[in-house]
Amino acid sequence: MNLAYRDVRHNLFRFVLTCLGLSLLMAVVLAMIGIYNGLVADALNIVKAPQADLWVVESGTQGPFAEASKIPGSTRDAVARLHGVAEAGSITYQTVEARHAGDTLRLYVIGYEPGRPGGPQAIAEGRGITQTHFELVADRQTGLVVGDRIRLGRNSFAVVGLVEDTMNSGGDPAAFITLVDAQTLQSQLAPPAQRVQTARGAGLLESADTVAAVIARLEPAADPQGVATTVRQWKHLGALTQAEQEAILIGSVVDRAKRQIGLFLGILLTVSAVVIALIIYTMTMEKLKQIATLKLIGAPDRTIVSLIVQQSLALGMVGWSFGLILILLVKDYFPRRVVLEPVNAAALGGIIIVVCIVASGLGVRAALKVDPATAIGG
Amino acid sequence: MDDARQPLIEIAGVSKHFGEGEARVDALRDIGLTVRRGEVVALLGPSGSGKTTLLNVIGCIIAPTVGRVTLDGELVYDNRALRGDLRRLRLDKIGFIFQFHNLLPFLNARDNVALVLTLAGRSSAEAQAQAVELLDYLEVGHRKDTMPALLSGGEAQRVAIARALANSPRIILADEPTAALDSKRAGIVMDLLRKLAAEQDACIVAVTHDEKIYDRFDRLFHLRDGVLEVQGEEAT
Repeated sequence: MNLAYRDVRHNLFRFVLTCLGLSLLMAVVLAMIGIYNGLVADALNIVKAPQADLWVVESGTQGPFAEASKIPGSTRDAVARLHGVAEAGSITYQTVEARHAGDTLRLYVIGYEPGRPGGPQAIAEGRGITQTHFELVADRQTGLVVGDRIRLGRNSFAVVGLVEDTMNSGGDPAAFITLVDAQTLQSQLAPPAQRVQTARGAGLLESADTVAAVIARLEPAADPQGVATTVRQWKHLGALTQAEQEAILIGSVVDRAKRQIGLFLGILLTVSAVVIALIIYTMTMEKLKQIATLKLIGAPDRTIVSLIVQQSLALGMVGWSFGLILILLVKDYFPRRVVLEPVNAAALGGIIIVVCIVASGLGVRAALKVDPATAIGG
Repeated sequence: MDDARQPLIEIAGVSKHFGEGEARVDALRDIGLTVRRGEVVALLGPSGSGKTTLLNVIGCIIAPTVGRVTLDGELVYDNRALRGDLRRLRLDKIGFIFQFHNLLPFLNARDNVALVLTLAGRSSAEAQAQAVELLDYLEVGHRKDTMPALLSGGEAQRVAIARALANSPRIILADEPTAALDSKRAGIVMDLLRKLAAEQDACIVAVTHDEKIYDRFDRLFHLRDGVLEVQGEEAT
């Protein structure tokens, strides 16, 4: 005879309500885990998207994501000729705000050379860029659809394709345009500002052909570190392997946000543990007379302990399940990507089991201290 | 000794005090009593006289400070507890009936009775069948699937009696078993307890204030300030 089950069934409405409350807490915990994962995934997606083996950047910088990097556009040819390099492409990154359908869109604009590394890997809808100018492939999160037109700088771009899950570590969705258009967008000033600059003679000697980085794909047998060392011999250039670039992103760009969310997650788990402990303790305190009766009629401690621990586990597991269902239903409505892997849900389930067992300790302690004599008399 | 008159409860020189120094309260002082097989006895006395403490000592719920307690031929206390598993002793030898029946509210009548049997090691099916048999015997079988909150006072007390008797205990301890019942039902419950004690070769010790049922007891023990003033007066 399972006393925990019978007690839950007897007080089903209250139990379900308590589970619902707990499930909201679990949903918040899962959301925080998902947001954290999304943050890391977004940051890594943008660096993984070009499928590069090597990033050639401005010497002394850790660009182009952690720091600004500016190198001559001709660097691509030099890199492409290096031994072990299969292909190379120039790339630029900039964040712009554009007006579209009455809203301000914040875009992470990636300029690349069509036919070379750096462009979108998979087009979810529409097609890739085929024209030299004024075509754009956007992440679906922008809200743009194929056929839309959007003004960036002084030019209007046609949306020809959509990609998915491509955004920077700040959550700004990506928009791919040609390198030439991106360079123009970077250097082009508003007419009055251009006139002032021209009048003071500025910019006449500056070349607009600069890029943030050159990305290279290597021959299968090539050693990325060896090629990087070769690149570094050019004193004005630095080189980072793909692994180094990912480590920089995780270690510096998303590190603070990661720690912040991690801390918040820790606080939430602590709050969950306290809430579960209080619920179990209250449930036990309400049953003291029944526990005293059980002791009096000869029920061993293990019967009483299992009554409390089983209820605690049921509460935690039902709360966790409801929370998981809830977050899976609403996660796509979050402004930032929420990435929940099965391992995350399982890990939280494991943590909740431990928390429930520990939290039930308070109730178990109270139950074991109950004097069976309290069952006698009013 | 005639087996039928064999004592089931033997208490000798039992004292119990709570606290020390100025806060010391002597709840029981040098109590001695014997209750034999088939006997139904009452512990009487005003509030604070030590009735419930004595019932708790007999029920192995609290240990006496000094004294000897023998239950069903087994010496349980001899100035100290002699058995580590007093809860098991209660399960095997003692049945409790409470003033407010104390049925577990989340179990129906049948399961409340079957619980004692499963705790004693019976299989679930066997426990359920025996519980129904007992409830039928006590004429509440038709309410076996009813939750305690939906039982009348008399029905709940009969279910509680069934639970107390489920394990065929030799000693039945009752704390104000008729306090929550009207006089007619109180008489019925006491007659039932007397019948069961005779049938099961058990003895019953009840704490009561209910003068209307005094005549249902074989002997009355009067307590005052922890002292047994009247030793087993024949009930009239």
